[in-house]
Amino acid sequence: MDPRPVEPQELDAITRRERRRQLRAALGGLAEILIALVIGLGVGALVMRGAGYNWRLAYEGLLIGSFGDQWAIADTLASATPLILTGLVFGLSARAGYFNIGAQGQMVVGALAAVAVGAHLSAPPVVAVTLAFLASALAGAIWALPPAFLKATRGVHEVISTIMFNWIAHYTALYLVFNVLNDPRSAERTVRVLPGARLGALIPGADMTAAIFVAVGVAVFMYWLLWHSPWGYEMRIAGLNPSALRYAGANPLWSVNLTFILAGLAAGLAGATQIIGRPPTYALYGDLSNVRNLGFDGIAVALIGRSHPLGIILAAIFIGAMGAGARMMQIMAGVPLDMVRIVHGTVIIALAAPEAWTLLGKFLGRARARRAPAPPAPAKTVHR
Amino acid sequence: MVPLTITATGEILSERAGVVNIGLEGILLISAFAAVVGAEAGGPLAGLMVGLLTGALLGLIHGIIAVYFRGDQTVSGVGLNILALGVVAIGIVDRWGAAGFHRVERAFRVPPLSTPLGPMSPMVIVTILLAALTWYLLQHTNLGLKIQACGENPAAADAAGVRVERVRLFGAVYAGALTGIAGAYLSIDWLATITENLPAGRGFIALATVVFSRLNPWLAVLGGLTFGFFDSLGLVASTSQALTRVIPYQFIQMMPYVVTLLVVAGVIGRFRAPAASGQPYRRE
Repeated sequence: MDPRPVEPQELDAITRRERRRQLRAALGGLAEILIALVIGLGVGALVMRGAGYNWRLAYEGLLIGSFGDQWAIADTLASATPLILTGLVFGLSARAGYFNIGAQGQMVVGALAAVAVGAHLSAPPVVAVTLAFLASALAGAIWALPPAFLKATRGVHEVISTIMFNWIAHYTALYLVFNVLNDPRSAERTVRVLPGARLGALIPGADMTAAIFVAVGVAVFMYWLLWHSPWGYEMRIAGLNPSALRYAGANPLWSVNLTFILAGLAAGLAGATQIIGRPPTYALYGDLSNVRNLGFDGIAVALIGRSHPLGIILAAIFIGAMGAGARMMQIMAGVPLDMVRIVHGTVIIALAAPEAWTLLGKFLGRARARRAPAPPAPAKTVHR
Repeated sequence: MVPLTITATGEILSERAGVVNIGLEGILLISAFAAVVGAEAGGPLAGLMVGLLTGALLGLIHGIIAVYFRGDQTVSGVGLNILALGVVAIGIVDRWGAAGFHRVERAFRVPPLSTPLGPMSPMVIVTILLAALTWYLLQHTNLGLKIQACGENPAAADAAGVRVERVRLFGAVYAGALTGIAGAYLSIDWLATITENLPAGRGFIALATVVFSRLNPWLAVLGGLTFGFFDSLGLVASTSQALTRVIPYQFIQMMPYVVTLLVVAGVIGRFRAPAASGQPYRRE
């Protein structure tokens, strides 16, 4: 190699070039996400038009309901709170190379633990809240362990095992809600947690509580863990190149377990935020409607946020806004709440194929070069 | 047995060709809904056809993303699952005005065959035929050989003149079409209803069946029978008063999922997927 020392100016130039390359890559990634969001909203509008709704009014309602005033913004942040945590579950696992879609089940178990502790333990407020959070984090982590263990020892694909555990959690919760944690005064929900274990609304009349600080705190912790700790370094290596980690002498069993446990902790906390951190119910509904689909929405959050803790916070606010705004959308345009799910699904499908855009560009370029009329038919399939 | 085996059979061919689809659950749900719409417009046979075509279309979308855009197949599959939840929830409200649930009248259901053992759905026979067809296609035809080559070593297949992209796209559409038939069976035959989450994890149990089958359609029949037994048992047992007094019905309904986990974890051990399964193919 060249023994000549690198001149400082040269080094500067290299650094600058590298920075520019990184910036371009980041901007490209951002553009991909924006294109996917636009496609998602566009397909949503098409579906609403097809079903005979006024899509403009619907999106107006969505916007007013999510960012219209300070209560709307607070509701958006309240909806984003559990999504930050479930997004971290998927994002952290994805960084370590696992497709962990078990956030839903782990969150349900966390919510059950929060009810059990919050409703039965009378302690000073700070202690009660802390213990409820700890119990639910622990419950989530325990629920995440069997899939991790099966993955490490038996090679069971985590998609199958985590989905099965989601369903097992679902039916366990239904049993406990009606038979163990049931409230004799109300058939439709569990017992409510004691006042000492409740987090109050930060703005009277809105749903936002201090739970959002817990969620953001966990996101910051995950950021530190992934990029500034040896464990996170190992996890990222596991995701990028599992054989390299094995050759370096690390124990893959440890890596799977650590990832799933940390993810499970976050999922459990997500469950707690819906029980002790969300007025006015402070209980789990019998149809589990206050934890419905939050785990799956977390997948959308992590994919849009590119599995980066900061990206996940922003994406959770976006998806949370759609959750909070959906009610106003229903009131103003009569569109069912589940409409937003069509947008989520389309955004994810569009995000799955980043090469589509380069390919489409090449295809159009070639068509133009040939001076042939660009055939519009395949382009439509491309947009799905 | 029927929905799990049909879905798994289609996915077996697709995975042999190198395309993995974890969006089977979503395809089951959307095609189940579409089949009800089709059946109410033109009878049960039309319902089955609409289910098949809907599934094939969704398989095509997934296939285009996986094959031509070299996209992430798992992400695309998850997207399909979430999309399906939205489409069907809105579809039910839009079509029948009631949220979440619609019962399919007897006239629009697939009529059962009468056998010495009692009524049986004709779809049981279709299931066996589809498994046989898929097995024959994979093991005894030129196309089957090409499919396996595309899954194991697409570069070699490409060098030998196989159109890798087309073969893989065929696999994805085949899986979608069969899943569509299975979805139709759920809504206009077996369960005779459409709800917001009708498949209830059966798409994922079908994926477990694929693992169980080691990509052999005949073993998918066996796997479908095993998993399907507990599925039906859960449905029957949870309505039996005598049994639910001893075991709460929630635990009975939990059984198919527990059994799936145990079987996938214990009986079969590790399974080797085709070398290039789930990987996009890039020509040098």
